[in-house]
Amino acid sequence: MIGLPEIIAGVVAIALNAYVLTGGADFGGGVWDVFATGPRRGRQRELIAESIAPIWEANHVWLIVVVVVLFTAFPAAFSTMGTVLHIPLTIMLVGIVLRGSAFVFHSYGPYGRNRWGLAFAMASVITPLLLGSVIGSIATGAVAEAADAIGGSASFADVFVKPWAAAFPVAVGFFALALFAFLAAAYLTLDARDEDLQEDFRTRALAAAGAVFVCAAVALTLAHSAAPRVAIGVVGALLIQAATAFAAITAIAALWRRRYRIARVAAAAQVSLILWGWLIAQYPYLIPPALTIRDAAAPAVTLRLLAVGLAAGAVILLPSLRYLLRTFKGSGKVEKLKSGK
Amino acid sequence: MVISDLIAARAQMALSLGFHIIFAEIGIAMPLLMVLAEWRWRRTGDAIYLQLARRWAKGTAILFAVGAVSGTVLSFELGLLWPSFMQLAGPVIGIPFALEGFAFFTEAIFLGVYLYGWERVSPRAHMLAGLIVAASGAASALFVVIVNAWMNTPAGVTVDAGRFTAVDPLAAMRNPSTFQQVVHMLLAAYASTGIAVAGLHAAVHLGRRGADLPGPRTTTSFHRHAMIVALTVAIPAALLQPISGDTSARAVARWQPVKLAAMESLLDTQRGAPLHLVGIEIPRALSLLAFRDPDAEVKGLSAFPRDEWPPIAPVHAAFQLMVILGTLMALVCAWAAFTLLRRRDLADHRGLLGALALLAPAGFIATEAGWVVTEVGRQPWVIGGIMRTADAVTPMPGLAVPMIVFSIIYLGLAAVVAISIASLVQETT
Repeated sequence: MIGLPEIIAGVVAIALNAYVLTGGADFGGGVWDVFATGPRRGRQRELIAESIAPIWEANHVWLIVVVVVLFTAFPAAFSTMGTVLHIPLTIMLVGIVLRGSAFVFHSYGPYGRNRWGLAFAMASVITPLLLGSVIGSIATGAVAEAADAIGGSASFADVFVKPWAAAFPVAVGFFALALFAFLAAAYLTLDARDEDLQEDFRTRALAAAGAVFVCAAVALTLAHSAAPRVAIGVVGALLIQAATAFAAITAIAALWRRRYRIARVAAAAQVSLILWGWLIAQYPYLIPPALTIRDAAAPAVTLRLLAVGLAAGAVILLPSLRYLLRTFKGSGKVEKLKSGK
Repeated sequence: MVISDLIAARAQMALSLGFHIIFAEIGIAMPLLMVLAEWRWRRTGDAIYLQLARRWAKGTAILFAVGAVSGTVLSFELGLLWPSFMQLAGPVIGIPFALEGFAFFTEAIFLGVYLYGWERVSPRAHMLAGLIVAASGAASALFVVIVNAWMNTPAGVTVDAGRFTAVDPLAAMRNPSTFQQVVHMLLAAYASTGIAVAGLHAAVHLGRRGADLPGPRTTTSFHRHAMIVALTVAIPAALLQPISGDTSARAVARWQPVKLAAMESLLDTQRGAPLHLVGIEIPRALSLLAFRDPDAEVKGLSAFPRDEWPPIAPVHAAFQLMVILGTLMALVCAWAAFTLLRRRDLADHRGLLGALALLAPAGFIATEAGWVVTEVGRQPWVIGGIMRTADAVTPMPGLAVPMIVFSIIYLGLAAVVAISIASLVQETT
């Protein structure tokens, strides 16, 4: 049955999806900063910085929306995650802090990019890895088991380390990293100001697409034993599966034929479908196999008020976001930004 | 020495909030200063104002980003360090947090437009973007402080055996501390930031003259313009703050009598209680201030069970520090207002500029002190009278490790921010 708890869970999922498509791509941009090579490496890095600069803070807020809606509407789930996944979430946070500040300091600070490059690069790789492994560990059911074991005879490692430092969650971490890098490269083909740079990122996007494929295969293979519910769900939901495959093929074909607008949309669709495939496979659980959406839901009065708040927020937010993107993501944006400095 | 997990968690939370609160204040007030400078430029055509708006915007970009990441850390830390608290409190005070999320979103979006949109949007749209940033910064503060006010004086819940049997999030938002705390925080943000900016420009201006560098006239104008805009924001805020402090103290007297006793380190309940300020005893002043009656009874700590006392020394010391600094800021702002009203040139008043330069960090120190009064004064409760801090901490052991990690990160960030701002200031001199 679909009621208010499910609708709000859907909002959390949409916010997570938005974060993956925007903030995720910003992390992916950081990955390409690490792998900037060839004669145009300096210009590659400039392009990455210029495409991220005006929007990364707004992109980053999606994650905060996920967190606050989660703890308002599903406090039990938030509490369980915060407890069992303390270590990976803390490392992820360190990554978020370092990346954000490194980025600002290298744009505005006194030292220029070199000093910050390392912090920016490391954080851009670590954060997606841990975000992925957090998601992976929830899917396996290990988080729920570990939460049950707290206070018993279970060791520190059993409760606080093993749920996420296992093969499947780590595989999902690499999968997330590959997806973010793929998204970023696909977006950057469109932001690039000349054909050489476009070619650079086209090659990178195609390489990343290969990495995505390998990671997906590994994660799905591991899922059969580690997270059977997700494996069966993902494979079982044929429609989503088919749509994901279609989006992936479209993205690659569009990149191949240099149809970058189509490639950007298809890449975003592919990543979103993968996310929703996981969410639908896990439904109705927030933390399988212990907490369903209904088990974890806050009282109805809170959910109703939250729904009103979210609706009001969306009325302000969506036009504002549209305005931001129209201002900075139009064609020829880089030239104008340059002359604007 | 082994630090207990509870102490480590509290230290990490205190550090994170103590770090964030400065950047939050700057994030609230700086956009207002930028917009005022830009508005002056568009009105007068004086290019110095434009230069000022752009320079301030650059500083704001750095400080806002640090505020944004440290705020993100806080939203996670609520669950990482205090999962039981969030599980209980999330449904009650999550709504203002969610609204804060949207306010922050709006702030981030329009700050992007403001910083990178000088040539991309119309002048009117650019000014409007700046105003939206300023307004949503203030709204963020409103929502976050509502949550803190509820932790001090919880409302809108029916408690049975440590669980909430009924919740009313709207009543929780309208708890008895909300109004006073929100006003006090916003005024603190405008006064602290305004005086810091005016003081920084005053210091640079004085330093240049002290070194006997006459400098071009425009440099003097630059600092004069900067001080006038910053003081426009700081003067009303600093003058209103003592009034807001007084109403806050009365609310504390009524709703959190233990906290008031700790603030004044009053051990025994007495009628006609005196006020102690820097070693001076003012007879009956505490009764008068707290209850508008010189003979009113003020409850002492001994009227409450020993295990419900907050740590007295830090709360008392912090309260004194806050009051002293707040008073100095109000006095110097009155002096500045007097000088400006008589149409005298600020740049010639070395005494006033020296006082402003000395007080540049005062507002931030007073803010930290005030925050210690509120938060340490709330102990041993995380939700006043309902949940103890010790019962809210995560079962995760070894919390000293993340505490040390975050301490190092914050120290590093603080150093880099200081260097960045210093180099921005140097560009001007």
